[in-house]
Amino acid sequence: MQKTGKQEKLGGADVGELEDICARHRKEKGAVISILQEIQDVFGYIPEDCINFVAARMELPASHFYGVATFYSQFHFSPRGKNIITVCCGTACHVKGSENLISVLGRELGIPEGRETSADQNFTLEKVNCVGACSIAPVIIINRTVHGKTNADTVAKEVKRLRGAKDGKQGGKD
Amino acid sequence: MENKVEKIEIKVCMGPVGITAGGPAVLDAFGAELERAGVSARLEKNCTRHKVGCKGFCSRDVLVDVVMDGRRTTYQYVKPHMVARIVREHIMGGVPVADWEVNEDYRTFHDRQVKVVLSDCGEIDPEEIGAYIEAGGYEAVRRVLAGITPEEVIEEVKRSGLRGRGGAGFPTGLKWEAARKQPPGLKYIICNADEGDPGAFMDRAVLEGNPHSVLEGMIVAAYAIGAEEGYVYIRAEYPLAVERLKKAIGQAREKSFLGKDIMGTGLNFDIKIKLGAGAFVCGEETALIASIEGQRGMPRAKPPFPVAGGLWGRPTVINNVETLANIPYIIRRGADWFSSMGTERSKGTKVFALTGKIRNTGLIEVPMGMSMREIIFSIGGGIEGGKKFKAVQMGGPSGGCIPEHLLDVKVCYENLMKLGAIMGSGGMIVLDEDDCMVEVAKYFLNFTQMESCGKCVPCRIGTKRLYEILDRISKGEGKEDDLTLLERLSRDVKLASLCGLGQTAPNPVLSTLQYFKSEFEAHIQEKKCPAKACKALSVFRIRKDLCKGCGACMRACPVAAISGRQKEPHAINRGICIKCGGCFDVCKFGAVRKGKDQKNGKGKKRKLIST
Repeated sequence: MQKTGKQEKLGGADVGELEDICARHRKEKGAVISILQEIQDVFGYIPEDCINFVAARMELPASHFYGVATFYSQFHFSPRGKNIITVCCGTACHVKGSENLISVLGRELGIPEGRETSADQNFTLEKVNCVGACSIAPVIIINRTVHGKTNADTVAKEVKRLRGAKDGKQGGKD
Repeated sequence: MENKVEKIEIKVCMGPVGITAGGPAVLDAFGAELERAGVSARLEKNCTRHKVGCKGFCSRDVLVDVVMDGRRTTYQYVKPHMVARIVREHIMGGVPVADWEVNEDYRTFHDRQVKVVLSDCGEIDPEEIGAYIEAGGYEAVRRVLAGITPEEVIEEVKRSGLRGRGGAGFPTGLKWEAARKQPPGLKYIICNADEGDPGAFMDRAVLEGNPHSVLEGMIVAAYAIGAEEGYVYIRAEYPLAVERLKKAIGQAREKSFLGKDIMGTGLNFDIKIKLGAGAFVCGEETALIASIEGQRGMPRAKPPFPVAGGLWGRPTVINNVETLANIPYIIRRGADWFSSMGTERSKGTKVFALTGKIRNTGLIEVPMGMSMREIIFSIGGGIEGGKKFKAVQMGGPSGGCIPEHLLDVKVCYENLMKLGAIMGSGGMIVLDEDDCMVEVAKYFLNFTQMESCGKCVPCRIGTKRLYEILDRISKGEGKEDDLTLLERLSRDVKLASLCGLGQTAPNPVLSTLQYFKSEFEAHIQEKKCPAKACKALSVFRIRKDLCKGCGACMRACPVAAISGRQKEPHAINRGICIKCGGCFDVCKFGAVRKGKDQKNGKGKKRKLIST
């Protein structure tokens, strides 16, 4: 159901989906976070139009939705890449070199510091506080699959593999 | 040919680490091989294979138990291709494959532990309520509903001496009693599964390995305080735990342990799951409540305490996952049994996540009062790679670092507090001689300044300033009076912050300053990092005699500072090098060496600062 790419305009099926989300939570107290989570499930991020739309439907000020969405690190306001690579920055991963993995990945993926998604929308690189798999630190998650005991060499190879799978050339060196 | 075995049970570890190591494929391989050997057909129901939650010794995954007529053999590092031989030689031939069995380490790891919360975790299938019931599960619910009054339940929990396992250690029975005494009406029980401490995964393991024990604890708590609604507030970063918890709630409803008129007793209680959205501060009670109410997760001043005015203003009890998971066992086996374990003021057991530079990483449960030395050197097997122990970090961003000379202290709430650490949720991260304590303190302050919700000034600005001071010290730009400033600012932040996050945020600074002051001084006065960990203060070289010219470092270098032909020694251009350490991490031959930067010794840098 994930749609990425350029910003989705409200129209057609998308409005229907937003209506469904609102209908599901209409009678629920304190549903703002759940609504935002469901919007993000559908669109892959939180498009601005959607906030205004659901705020009107739920009869709440849009500022309330913005306030909540900007507070929690889970919510994103720009489209995410096709492949999502999450680097765990928990203490165990940190002492085993996760910071270096981030710089290696940033270079391999062409994502400069301070940005999360590559210009071609192919990759998103993000940090997470701890995924709780500390005994196989350092840990990265590539599209929901956990990779443990990684190092700069293995992650670089993994990125090449993902690239190769995408455009059929430039396969991994291994 | 197959001997006369009557019952075979295969248990495959499928905690997060077990799954990553290939647990599902191993489980499938057992299915196929047992089928092919005709064992499944012959024994039918007596031949079972299933997943289990975390077995604790994560560094040896995939761990597989083969239980034949009650005799257990445990295999380590199991891969799918090994399964055929295990079935052929062990299950059919009756001779375990000795090469792949766990060794002495595994036994020392296990023999010193006492498992209460984890007793069924790693033994039963977490997705089958039947397995939990067979192991004695939901007996506590049956018993309390059959005729123990809520007051008696509270009395039993009080007598057991159980204290909150989330960190602060407030007596659970007292909390329940306070909520019970509130005027009747809507009341709530919330399970705090927002395990945000980096380096801790106890709650995740319990929820994934035995979710029903947490539900059972919540049902007992709801009965005791008179709540009809419960919430589990769980991190969205734990998808497997969420999935298993959802399944467990569904099964418990089917069996009438949850819902309306529970087991025909007239009691109503149901549980909802609320997903956290990635804010560490939501581990704080009032912030957690705000988050469930759909607000920004910001703490508020107490009182009123949640037991008086919590969720939607109603009396609310918030208990941590591990606390609740203790309850069924306390009710089943009695308060006396529980309080026979532990120290005078800290009863029972505690689950710890043992990680970092330690040989046996994993999840352990020990009686309160065990010394940290025993935990780290006996159960944990000591430091990996023959390095020297430096400190153990306990309690995450709210905790502190405990040095070697204090390792004989017995683990309990009071002792840890005295040492400047806290029990926290139970993360124990072991640091060795390669870890720089300034860097560790900086790591935690970076964490807290990012996670500070921003509501109160001391925390919002104080943690930021603390981080900046630590950052400049780690870069060799520290000033003479920085240590005094760090200490003073730390005290102020502790005193003046609104909630637990700010009140404990300076702990990592204070404890490292207390026990490792000389490291801070070395950074400031000599501009060097004794552990050679701070990148700005070190240089990287490639030793020509050891370099094989494999190119791994070249690929890892983010700034293309490394040059050299294939199969010839490479070299680092120091003018370009940003000291990220990537080459050091990937070199398999130990050819990349880290040393202290001579330039920083007395030369340029120092002048720069003095001007």
